[in-house]
Amino acid sequence: MNELIGKPVDRVDARLKVTGAAKYAAEFELKNLAYGVTVQSTISKGRIKNIDSTNTEALTGVLAVITYKNAMKLQVSTVPGSGRWAEKDLLPLQNDKVFYDGQHIAIVVAETLETAQHGAALLKVDYDEEHPVVEIEQAMAEAYKPKGGSQYSRGDINQGLQNAEVKIDETYSTPVYHHNPIEPQATIAEWTDDQLTIYDGTQAVYGSRNLIAGMLGLGADKVRLICLYLGGGFGCKGFTWAHSVLAPIAAKQVGRPVKIVLDRMQMFTSNGRRSRTIQKIELGASLDGKLTAIRHATNAETSFVDEFLEQAGRSSSFLYESPNVDVSHTLVKLNKITPCPTRAPGEASGTYAFEVAMDELAHKLKMDPIQLRLANYAETNPQNGHPWSSKYLKECYQRGSEIMGWSARNPTPGSMKEGKYLVGYGMATAVYAGNRGSASAKVRVYPDGHAVAGCCTQDIGTGTYTILTQTAADALGMSMDNVIVKLGDTILPRGPNSSGSQTAATAGPAVRAAALDVRSKIIQKAIADKKSPLFGQTEETIVVEDGRLFLKSDKSKGETYGQIISRLKVDMMEGEANITPSNRDPNKEPNPNRFAREDEEVDRKKYSFQSFGAQFAKVLVDPQLGSVRVSKCVGVMDIGTVLNPKTAENQIMGGMIWGIGMALMEGTMYDPNNGRVVTRDLADYRVPVNADMPEFHIEFLNKPDPYISPMGARGIGEIGITGITAAIANAIYHATGKRVRELPITPDKLL
Amino acid sequence: MQPFSVTEVKDNISGINALSGNSKAKIIGGGTNLVDLMKMYVETPQELIDINHLKLTTIEVHLNGGMRIGALVRNSDLAYAELVRKQYPVLSQALLSGASAQIRNMATVGGNLMQRTRCPYFFNTSFPCNKRIPGSGCPAINGFNRSHAVLGTSDKCIATHPSDMCVALTALDATILVQGPAGERKIPITDFYLLPGDTPDIETRLQKDELITGIDLPGISSGLSSHYLKVRDRASFEFAITSAAVLLDISGGIIRSARIALGGVGTKPWRSYEAEEILKGAPNNAQSYQAAADEALKNAKPQKYNAFKIELAKRTLIRALETTGGKS
Ligand SMILES: Cc1cc2nc3c(=O)[nH]c(=O)nc-3n(C[C@H](O)[C@H](O)[C@H](O)COP(=O)(O)OP(=O)(O)OC[C@H]3O[C@@H](n4cnc5c(N)ncnc54)[C@H](O)[C@@H]3O)c2cc1C
Ligand code: SF4
Repeated sequence: MNELIGKPVDRVDARLKVTGAAKYAAEFELKNLAYGVTVQSTISKGRIKNIDSTNTEALTGVLAVITYKNAMKLQVSTVPGSGRWAEKDLLPLQNDKVFYDGQHIAIVVAETLETAQHGAALLKVDYDEEHPVVEIEQAMAEAYKPKGGSQYSRGDINQGLQNAEVKIDETYSTPVYHHNPIEPQATIAEWTDDQLTIYDGTQAVYGSRNLIAGMLGLGADKVRLICLYLGGGFGCKGFTWAHSVLAPIAAKQVGRPVKIVLDRMQMFTSNGRRSRTIQKIELGASLDGKLTAIRHATNAETSFVDEFLEQAGRSSSFLYESPNVDVSHTLVKLNKITPCPTRAPGEASGTYAFEVAMDELAHKLKMDPIQLRLANYAETNPQNGHPWSSKYLKECYQRGSEIMGWSARNPTPGSMKEGKYLVGYGMATAVYAGNRGSASAKVRVYPDGHAVAGCCTQDIGTGTYTILTQTAADALGMSMDNVIVKLGDTILPRGPNSSGSQTAATAGPAVRAAALDVRSKIIQKAIADKKSPLFGQTEETIVVEDGRLFLKSDKSKGETYGQIISRLKVDMMEGEANITPSNRDPNKEPNPNRFAREDEEVDRKKYSFQSFGAQFAKVLVDPQLGSVRVSKCVGVMDIGTVLNPKTAENQIMGGMIWGIGMALMEGTMYDPNNGRVVTRDLADYRVPVNADMPEFHIEFLNKPDPYISPMGARGIGEIGITGITAAIANAIYHATGKRVRELPITPDKLL
Repeated sequence: MQPFSVTEVKDNISGINALSGNSKAKIIGGGTNLVDLMKMYVETPQELIDINHLKLTTIEVHLNGGMRIGALVRNSDLAYAELVRKQYPVLSQALLSGASAQIRNMATVGGNLMQRTRCPYFFNTSFPCNKRIPGSGCPAINGFNRSHAVLGTSDKCIATHPSDMCVALTALDATILVQGPAGERKIPITDFYLLPGDTPDIETRLQKDELITGIDLPGISSGLSSHYLKVRDRASFEFAITSAAVLLDISGGIIRSARIALGGVGTKPWRSYEAEEILKGAPNNAQSYQAAADEALKNAKPQKYNAFKIELAKRTLIRALETTGGKS
């Protein structure tokens, strides 16, 4: 092996992306392509009374106006392996009901995009409008506890609170956030006879294909979905939303391929959102800082057409040791689109509130915030006593505080100054699950010595192509230049969704095992072949470097993959792996791939898999004008093996930047009367710009997780956004002595 | 967008003729505001009159001091012009605090003067709006109005004038040069913008068939110091929540004269003669700054989500005065 894992190699697709050669979903140029533009409801609740398409249809170039009156019927998918349809009780264009602002109610299909857009603008829709429910506060009486594992308790919370010598009881709120990947949602659908090809930007290539097939009443084999590149997703491309089935409907109805791309405004109405949360946190502690009680009660919102819970309290049940814990969640139904996962669903909002509450407790106890966390350090998972697969959070605190210069912090709020600015230091714990799922992969080696690895997962923009190329090349003993990775196509073996930070931890071991499998098969061929210099040797004595297999003991004895396969007169050699981690069912056939088998034999149910980190922020606050500048951010992460420091740092920094946005400026605003989205563009919905960027210091402990997989790598896509928002909020408190418990912390709240 | 045609004009008169000949015609400068509004169907011109070839691209120095700036001078060229940076730093600062480098490279002086409010309800044609459709109502008054005005509002409209450049020009007593079928005329910037009153759809004194050709800036004495301060929700690419343009003439510890304009808080670029009166002859100190700020915001009317702007505008003005006057 040439030890490519852990090298800061450049992205293999960087050149394709910067030159525009990488084809994103909307960029496939199909012959005879027509353009679909969706028309959206302008009320939050009611029924469509009338749709007048006279003016639209009179436009030259308009091919069809599709509404609930003439749209093809859709069904609930029963195809196995279907991904999640975003809104269970709302199949698009099937009836006249309106549940939220921006619901797709028609598609105008035309020869050009411009004609379709103008046709959409000319469509006249009349409604019978009803009074919508628009904010959580309005409907608290109807709040309910969702089913499933979102309620948790241990010990006796009331006793724990009673026994406390110091208490915190505060309520925190986070607004609605939108994902806004820079690549908007896009789908092209093309029918050839009864076969459908879909080019779609999705975080779930395989599941989305099966789902769309099922909704259209087709078998999965009738549909191919292609998603070669994604310009981000952050969760809004994880479930399948209406536009992905509207394109095939429209294409069927006009008998031509149809492309639908949502515009930026539609990215605020038509692909989910992160729910607003109101989180009440009670902490009890003894004077030495030991937590006697943790209560974390979250109110979140869902819609009238499906249920999705922003599980903000999840990590509060295990982040710290405490005998008495009560975590609960309630939901309220609003006339808004159903929320969906958004980068670090649960933890991003939850760690904000919880880690601010911990900071409040530290101040009340006059204890250093890091000391408070160490006093309650969970050596094992307090929920079930399981050991962590690996946990180096103490080291993260330690290293983070060194980089931050934490020792220079005067703990008294408002005591530190630089010129006219108040200076604040804050910290928080970062946490996100170490998820891993099932995956399959194939790796082929060709007579000319190059290899192709295939897995039906997708590169959401994080660098999946790059790390899988490293993984395959490393396992094969080839240079990366000779390895091609193919992703994002349902003709490939089934890979994972890009959700829950699982892609690298899931697809990586499958590609590795498939590569080792083909390597082993080729070695077997060589040692059985009299013409090979390796004839008669055993597998263990052979190593591979740069595509050449040779004896460990004698480098001169060997030959290349190409030479061996060429002699075999086959098209290629293939290795395959299908891995279900913790698949230890003794009644099942053992996995035929021995590398996969060894991987599956690890009993993962015995361990708790979590990534951890420590996030720090330094802020400068102008007390007169209320403006905040984050001047330094430090993140030290324990995420297992770092596969590629460049892509890893990129993920953490991206998450931290989003955390700056959450802390200081982001939030979708709705009209308080009718619940319609008011901030619909990237001028009104503020994300941080380059001028807002602080100095970043990101480090990884790079301690392999011995149980997650043979590669030792847990995921990394989401943890960066956890903790940091609280660290900034805590730094602002430290600077000013003002505790703002409602995000974002805009200048008006600090006056 | 609604389909439209484009007419390129080579001289001012043809531009004016084209405007008078078609009531559905609109001038396009850099297009950074107009094209956005066309995409949203807020503006639906049938004809765009492209004035980018007119000879209105120069900055000339007047013999008696002062400066004439062509309507097509790009915002970035104006901001970086040596003469402007030396004589009118407040204008350069205001321009550079606005938008992004890319937008400033396209945006023209004429377009900046005529840019429309960023009220999100105005931008969304599926809401009523008195500015777009007179008499249809103002959803901002009972809606989400954090970005809206506290000065010069009416019960028909509370939209903020968004420009930074215009705040500096207002403090500098600029004059707007316009040309129409009847010839040329000059309008002081302080008269150019209209309060919404009952007719928020009528925003300026510019007539439908008139073209802005440039602006005149009077000379200012070299002893004057000035400053533009902008407070916003992020460090760049962002409109003002509040801003202040300040010019002070101080000698012997006394403020001899002051010119003050506020941004982000008014339905037009807001000149505060009241605050200037307070400062004139007053000692150059913190008490005077505070008194001026209180006076400037005396008639402010808060809305549900923007009440904070009153205090923030005062502090913004005070900080700008501190920076200019050197006292805090
Ligand atoms: C994302 C974004 C952020 C921004 N941020 C800021 C900011 O922070 N501060 C700020 O001040 N501005 C900001 N702007 C606004 C920007 O300054 C204006 O868009 C720009 O100045 C308009 O100039 P233009 O030449 O592109 O005008 P156009 O879009 O071409 O025209 C605007 C209007 O002016 C009319 N017009 C143009 N020239 C003339 C003329 N010579 N005579 C008569 N009428 C004319 C047009 O008919 C049209 O109605 C921002 C804009 C965007 C898009
Ligand atoms: S404030 Fe003015 S521009 Fe905004 S909605 Fe009301 S009338 Fe229209």
